[in-house]
Amino acid sequence: MMKRLNRNYLRKKNHVSDAVGSADKLLFKNGSLIDFSKRQIVPQDMLIVNGVVAEIGHLEIDEFDGHQFDIAGKLIMPGLFDMHVHFREPGREDEETLLSGASSAMFGGFTSVCTMPNTEPATDNREIIEYILNSLSNHLIEVHPIAAITIGRKGEQLVEIAELVDAGVIAFSDDGSSVANPMLLRRALDYSRMFDILIIEHCEEPTLAANGAMHEGFMSTKLGLPGIPSIAEELIVARNIMLARYTNGKIHIAHISTKGSIDLVRRAKAEGIQVTCEVTPHHFSLCDEDLETYDTNLKMNPPLRTPSDVEAVFEGLKDGTIDVIATDHAPHSSEEKDVEFDAAPFGIIGSETAVGLTITKLVKAGKLNLIDALEKLSAKPYQVLGLPVPEIRSGAKATISIIDQDIEWMVDKHAFRSQSRNTPFHGMRLHGKSWGVINNGKYLISAQQ
Amino acid sequence: MSSFTLKHLLGLEGVSRDDITTILDTAASFREVLDRPYPKVPTLRGTTVVNLFFEASTRTRISFELAEKRLSADTISFSTATSSVKKGETLRDTAQNIEAMRVDMVVIRHSASGAPHFLSKCIKGTVINAGDGAHEHPTQALLDMMTIRDKFKRIENLRIAIVGDILHSRVARSNIYGLTTMGAQVMLCAPSTLIPYEAHKWPVQISYNVDDAIEWADILMVLRIQLERQQANFFPSLREYHNYFGLTSDRIKRVNRDITIMHPGPINRGVEIESELADSDKSVILNQVTNGVAVRMAVLYLLSGELKSDDEKTKS
Amino acid sequence: MELKIKSKLFDEIGLTRTITRLSHEIIEKNKGIDNLAVIGIRTRGAIIAQRICREIKSIEGRDLPLGILDITMYRDDFRNMLEQPKLQKTEIPFNIDDKNIVLIDDVIYTGRTTRAALEAIMAFGRPKCIRMAVLVDRGGRELPIQPDYVGRRISISPGEEISVQMNEVDDIDGVLLVERPTSP
Repeated sequence: MMKRLNRNYLRKKNHVSDAVGSADKLLFKNGSLIDFSKRQIVPQDMLIVNGVVAEIGHLEIDEFDGHQFDIAGKLIMPGLFDMHVHFREPGREDEETLLSGASSAMFGGFTSVCTMPNTEPATDNREIIEYILNSLSNHLIEVHPIAAITIGRKGEQLVEIAELVDAGVIAFSDDGSSVANPMLLRRALDYSRMFDILIIEHCEEPTLAANGAMHEGFMSTKLGLPGIPSIAEELIVARNIMLARYTNGKIHIAHISTKGSIDLVRRAKAEGIQVTCEVTPHHFSLCDEDLETYDTNLKMNPPLRTPSDVEAVFEGLKDGTIDVIATDHAPHSSEEKDVEFDAAPFGIIGSETAVGLTITKLVKAGKLNLIDALEKLSAKPYQVLGLPVPEIRSGAKATISIIDQDIEWMVDKHAFRSQSRNTPFHGMRLHGKSWGVINNGKYLISAQQ
Repeated sequence: MSSFTLKHLLGLEGVSRDDITTILDTAASFREVLDRPYPKVPTLRGTTVVNLFFEASTRTRISFELAEKRLSADTISFSTATSSVKKGETLRDTAQNIEAMRVDMVVIRHSASGAPHFLSKCIKGTVINAGDGAHEHPTQALLDMMTIRDKFKRIENLRIAIVGDILHSRVARSNIYGLTTMGAQVMLCAPSTLIPYEAHKWPVQISYNVDDAIEWADILMVLRIQLERQQANFFPSLREYHNYFGLTSDRIKRVNRDITIMHPGPINRGVEIESELADSDKSVILNQVTNGVAVRMAVLYLLSGELKSDDEKTKS
Repeated sequence: MELKIKSKLFDEIGLTRTITRLSHEIIEKNKGIDNLAVIGIRTRGAIIAQRICREIKSIEGRDLPLGILDITMYRDDFRNMLEQPKLQKTEIPFNIDDKNIVLIDDVIYTGRTTRAALEAIMAFGRPKCIRMAVLVDRGGRELPIQPDYVGRRISISPGEEISVQMNEVDDIDGVLLVERPTSP
């Protein structure tokens, strides 16, 4: 397999390490701190010493000997958390590695990520979990690996859930496909309840979605492409909600995409069932009508849906049905993507466009207010995963993202830190971008790179 | 000078009435060339055309090759059946080779919808779609329209029922666009499983009853039914399909009107159409074949005028 | 477009006389009209061909086989043109094998149109001979091709054009020497 040659070894491995500094003594003047619990934005200065928030408030420091930044107009908030990324390591290091993926996330404004287990081999055992954790142990980015629910993601036999929780797994998912067998998912929900740990499902009924390449609708009819119908997703969302109710387990719906699914989750939440869900930036930024030219960078799973589904996503984000915005960052080589539509793999990269798309397509477009939108990238993922939201008060470890909501920029895929270039947003003008991140005693000012 | 606006022929969706009319008029001129004792003109001398057939198709390939040779183009044909493993790689590599060989025009047949679009993005030459997946087969629809115009002297306001596997048919899609653009009325008639999702968004009528379609139509365009569709449970059996949707002389005789029958071929005799009917004087199936060469000559001729860059065009 | 007329080569009467004269010459040279056929090049050559046929019929009392040729498919400047010229039908409703063909055009200039027409005719068979008749020979040949019957020979200066007008398409008969319109 020539293609699988680990090209990463030919690269300068830590190619962005120079950009990251250690957060010994940093002073940020004139920032705007978002307080999600009080729903307010407060003007604040912030002093970081040795990776810890030393002081916050109106600070007058004479003869400051550290790095000082004027961040007037920039927003300070708990570090953004992307709970759905594919970093391809082990297996497809030609597309992304843990290091290049972490770089991409950090430049995109995130401080934490959940890596999905569809690696090659699948992330279904302690060795791979430890490999992932060790690879990024000294990194600014905190990695929370998700392990497969079933061995090899084959949908046959449960992984050793207890041992993997011990090893540091944050949640379980067979992402890429559903656990087709309802009995098996029932057992996973029942068993994981002991650890109060989340089961994340990619909802797609395999026989209804078989051979599909895009959303089944008038566009697929016109383009002559086999469709993935909405009900392939909705059927599994409904099943999973019923199983969660029956088992009293916790289920999270990955990359929700249809109006029907969102309605199901809305009703389930009203009933008190422990269900949460996430949406990707591309599912609120694009729709199936954009596929006119058979651009394979618009091929993803779940597929881009119709404009009315996109409207439902806005509604779901607004009323809180959709908890989280996560990227489903899915790198693919140009060799794989640069083919006819049928043959191309699903997925696009998203780490470095997520903030811009959220601010442009939700906030600036008037679909969602700024605090609600950013909360779904910042505080909400922690809550969904059962982690404490990083606090920004004196004495707390600094896990912070700083966002420039006003900057206008043009997406240039060649400037991405990701190793892959499969984005449909190249050349698009966006508002809002990460200004910098602080975590684990390190900081990166991406606005100055 | 005609004002033909297309650079490639990827499909008939969005192609204007004027452009279709220009193609059909030009095809009529070439039809005359084909009737000459020496049916060849030097029009495309020095133009290189490559026929890329990634899917078996003797009829369309021969028709294109003949059209190219009648126009004195230099032609190379390349046929291959892609295995699923090699899918994708072959087309990209081929595109790069074509670019290196300075080919003027590429005729492509591919099992993947959108393959001609893909090719048109990676080469400078003109791309002609000779059928892609379940998307479009524009030259087939053009030759169908030419055949209709020959017989009826018009297309506008004629009633054409397309009967059969609409879901998987690129011929149906191209004809829906072409015929409705030219002002015809179109009806789709098939078992409900073989009507594509949201097909009602096309400006067409939909019927699940073949007798109603016969009653309504001036022309019946019959599509081939493949055995695989039965295996995938689109209908219970070929027998049932033939009994409820097959065209038979008995069915046609029930309406006391002249009805024209078309079929893009190859015919599955005794399944979608009774053998006797396919060979009857109602059928224009063989005219379709002859017109195929003329229409393809017209398309090659009209698109070859775009060999120069757009810069040169704006300069003048 | 307003053409600036420099002189009139033929008026209506002159044009009719010339066509009559050409018809007589054709009959004379061919020693009658046996085995004779006329092919005109679209558009105005075809009209002249029709008129010559009518004239010959009035003299000899018989119809001549008449063909109309569209030479677009045979042009050698085809790839340098900005748009595809509109194709029109070629109609040669008789067998040209062993016929004496008279090819008719309005004006002969470089000879390239004639070359294309000769190639087109050959696609229909093998005539015994092909002769050529034109209303005006304006000189400037780029190929070794000469007309056999000529209405008028004239050498024109650069910046001048011949404009042939036929009643059938232009609503008036006449051949004019005009100033070449400068492109805007």
